[in-house]
Amino acid sequence: MAHIQLPQGMPGIVGPLAFSPDTAKPLLELAEVLLRAPNTLTSAEREMIAAHVSYRNECDFCQLSHSAAAAAHLNGNFDLVEQIKVNPEGAAVSDKLKALLMIAGKVQQGGKQVTPADIARARERGATDKEIHDTVLIAAAFCMYNRYVDGLATWQPREREAYREMGEQMAHQGYTRDRFKETPKAAQA
Amino acid sequence: MAHIALMEGLPGIRGLMVFSPETAKPLCELVQVLLTGPHSLTPAEREMIATYVSSENDCYFCQHCHGSTAAQHLGGGEKDYEFIAEMKRGFESTALSPKMKALLNIAGKVQKGGKQVSTADVERARQEGATDKEIHDTVLIAAAFCMFNRYVDGLATWQPHDPDVYREIGRHTARLGYVGRDYKKPLESIASKQGSSAMRVAGS
Repeated sequence: MAHIQLPQGMPGIVGPLAFSPDTAKPLLELAEVLLRAPNTLTSAEREMIAAHVSYRNECDFCQLSHSAAAAAHLNGNFDLVEQIKVNPEGAAVSDKLKALLMIAGKVQQGGKQVTPADIARARERGATDKEIHDTVLIAAAFCMYNRYVDGLATWQPREREAYREMGEQMAHQGYTRDRFKETPKAAQA
Repeated sequence: MAHIALMEGLPGIRGLMVFSPETAKPLCELVQVLLTGPHSLTPAEREMIATYVSSENDCYFCQHCHGSTAAQHLGGGEKDYEFIAEMKRGFESTALSPKMKALLNIAGKVQKGGKQVSTADVERARQEGATDKEIHDTVLIAAAFCMFNRYVDGLATWQPHDPDVYREIGRHTARLGYVGRDYKKPLESIASKQGSSAMRVAGS
């Protein structure tokens, strides 16, 4: 049971977003800018950074929903997303993305863990200042979203299937859609 | 030196907000909703939650900005700044209300990880009179500062140790809030000391 009284049947962050619309607005706008606005990193790459950090923070709702969003951007390639979460170095992604995922993993442990060597490695592999900035902020933001979702002990379905439709919506309709008029698939599960 | 090229002379998150205005907008709006405006927790209390979490995350810039803003909300005297320092060292032995102590305890758990917040922690807050909204906002303030602190430290931003810088930031923020501000504008406390102590810290 959640630590506070949340609307019934809404998984993960969706309950707190409905509970507190004033904070929901900037939280969703931030996710939209970070994960879907035009960027030299694809939305799939940015969703993989979000899924990787959420996996490391052991937040089921965030890691499963952002994995599903990443897979939706990748024509359903859940296998790649699984590799990215567990062992990015062994995954079939660019060397640049591997370097950025390493930076994201450091941010997850704490801001000061990011070293000049981590940055130099990303830069050698072609990462720009904006890509490094966005990676750090995506990782930092998911250290917030994960704590928000788990800190209130929200209801979180554990099965990957429950997130497939949500992932499609996150990927293709985005984060600032009017979600409270819909019934998420997970809520019916 | 910061990990990416930022405008010189802008400390902490300010350089980042100027670097990336698209993300600065929702970030400023979030902190505005969380820390300012009408609320059953005073602005000083909410700034203290932000300060405590930033101190636990060892983020120099954030803990001193928000600590100073909290002190300004309390009156801005030396004793107010001393109280904030005491609160960071150990809030349980301060003169804060039992409800605030219970909320700071929850914030400290969130800093370590969302799953660290126990039913007993929430029960304690509720027994001291905390509402669902106060518990929600405490968790989100604490979570948000786990983001802001990582953003500021993860890019190795310039964080001067001159107390005058934080006095100035606290005075402005307590009065003006977080949105609609010109963060490009140089701080008086930095501009007036160009080439002296503030710059030495920058180069250290």
